[in-house]
Amino acid sequence: MTIEIFLQHLLNGLTLGSLYALIAIGYTMVYGILRLINFAHSEIFMLGAYFVFWGVTLFHLPWPLALVAAVAAVALVGVLVDRVAYRPLRDAPRISALISAIGVSFFLQNVAIVLFKAIPREVYRPEWLENPMIMGGVRVLPLTLFVPVLSLLLMLGLMYIVYHTKPGLGMRAISKDIETSALMGVPVNSIIALTFGLGSALAAASGIMWALRYPQLQPIMGVIPGFKAFIAAVFGGIGSIPGAVIGGLVLGFLEILIVAFFPDLAGYRDAFAFVLLIVVLLVKPTGLLGARPEEKV
Amino acid sequence: MKRYHVFALNFMLVGVLAALLVCAQRFLDGYSIQILNLVAINILLALSLNLIYGFTGMFSLGHAGFMAIGAYVCAILILSPDQKAMLFLLEPAYPWIESAHAPFVVAVFAGGLAAAAMAAVVGFPLLRLGDDYLGIATLGFAEIVRVVANNVPRITNGALGFKGIPAYANLWWNYGWCLLALVLIVRILRSNTGRCFKAIRDDEVAARAMGVNVFRLKLLSFSLGAFFAGVGGGLLASLLTTIDPKMFLFVLTFNVLMIVVMGGLGSVTGSVIAGAAVTIILEWLRFVEDPITLGSVTLPGIPGMRMVVFSLLLIAVILFRREGLMGTREISWEGIAAWLRQRRKA
Repeated sequence: MTIEIFLQHLLNGLTLGSLYALIAIGYTMVYGILRLINFAHSEIFMLGAYFVFWGVTLFHLPWPLALVAAVAAVALVGVLVDRVAYRPLRDAPRISALISAIGVSFFLQNVAIVLFKAIPREVYRPEWLENPMIMGGVRVLPLTLFVPVLSLLLMLGLMYIVYHTKPGLGMRAISKDIETSALMGVPVNSIIALTFGLGSALAAASGIMWALRYPQLQPIMGVIPGFKAFIAAVFGGIGSIPGAVIGGLVLGFLEILIVAFFPDLAGYRDAFAFVLLIVVLLVKPTGLLGARPEEKV
Repeated sequence: MKRYHVFALNFMLVGVLAALLVCAQRFLDGYSIQILNLVAINILLALSLNLIYGFTGMFSLGHAGFMAIGAYVCAILILSPDQKAMLFLLEPAYPWIESAHAPFVVAVFAGGLAAAAMAAVVGFPLLRLGDDYLGIATLGFAEIVRVVANNVPRITNGALGFKGIPAYANLWWNYGWCLLALVLIVRILRSNTGRCFKAIRDDEVAARAMGVNVFRLKLLSFSLGAFFAGVGGGLLASLLTTIDPKMFLFVLTFNVLMIVVMGGLGSVTGSVIAGAAVTIILEWLRFVEDPITLGSVTLPGIPGMRMVVFSLLLIAVILFRREGLMGTREISWEGIAAWLRQRRKA
């Protein structure tokens, strides 16, 4: 393997990893606050890609505007899902909310099949993302740089909201102790809605970029990336945003590099992440950066 | 009510069921019989998941994986060596796979045993995890099974799967296995072991404090549930006559989970009723996915609508009636007798 090809693989890993990281942030924020695996998150990711497709083909929006509109619409869907399917179950056993989440996930998937039909669709890609550039002997698509850079900007924006604004303070307070925060005057339900909105917006952004990278839309396109991103969140330590980012990147690099170095294992590509998940859960269930939850009796 | 009364009533119920099956076999068309077969298999699957989740409190999402193991083992055993020689197009099968052959009942049993053995192996590390982590880990296990099935063409024929599996699974086999599972699970739940299962579900720490060997019983319940999931998979393989890895996606687990939740977590009769109802409604709803012709106008079918309806139903059940149809209650002869007596008094 030449150094150029290796660099290419590294870049691909970085792209894939940052896409996973963006989805993983949504999982980790919701889990950190509600202790809920938001199964519907992978469908939120899928909706992001479809909404852009709709915006461009149906409403003839210019591409950048379609992006913004899609992200906003998906954020709204995320908030709505929380309001309808999770909020009434706040006091119910945790598994009830999880089953509700699985139901929502199937609901959105099949609504997508009804609305968009199950046939795969081609995505519009702006030309400037596709003309390859030569950088230091390596052939680079602008897309492979665009994705990590935009992801980084989005993550920095999120970090700013979570660590330097008042709603962010509310989020962190709720993830420590939901009841005490409510007593201290944190508007719990609005903050949770905001969390869903932000997480969904990031997932939508990831879905849109995923569709640019692998330009085919299908109603079930979110399932596998969604699971992998969740695994990335567990690996990084669920509840921790930097953990989700690190987990996403590690998973992206691992997936690309294992397939690059051991082409025989390519068929098992989708199983790596699950093996990693089971190993992490058994060896260090709190993940890399996660806090140890105290066991309440 | 005396014990022999209950026994006699149960005996009569089985007799009535058998008579109904004879009638069904004789008078119903193939499509209806197929649905009746699916009802039996779905009840069997729901019972097995209810044992794991509803009665022992282990949130397992690995059912599709266990079914896949049962289905493949059963299919390999009932396909004749000649058929297998024709089927394996990608790569020739291992000689021991090609020559393996067994009668149907042995094949289904072997499928169940293989699933149970796998459950014991993966349960050993995984059952230490609680709640949602167990769910996601077992889901991961099921996905790994599917990916492996796709990638060992010399055993599973890869993505092509098997076609032309002998259709031995008729009403008698399916309802027989379903009844066997029902009787066995009810007997276990009434025994000391069953009470320990429920104790673990209700409060694991308290159960441990009372001297229940929590881990061993969890492993037992998990393997037993997996055994019947494997049996269900084997029966399904023979009923549908084709299997491939794509059949064992998460949707399959979702369907079983839906039946269990709707029937009531921890209710055997709930699983039976919901298993029958959900299967029949799911089939009946196929009409929304097919084109409808009204006079000269043809409305196009809406693919995906069936699952939209069902996922909404599941969400509604969880939101408004979390205990499902039956909760943890059961319909029993004693219950019916008490109810009749009360009515007579009133």
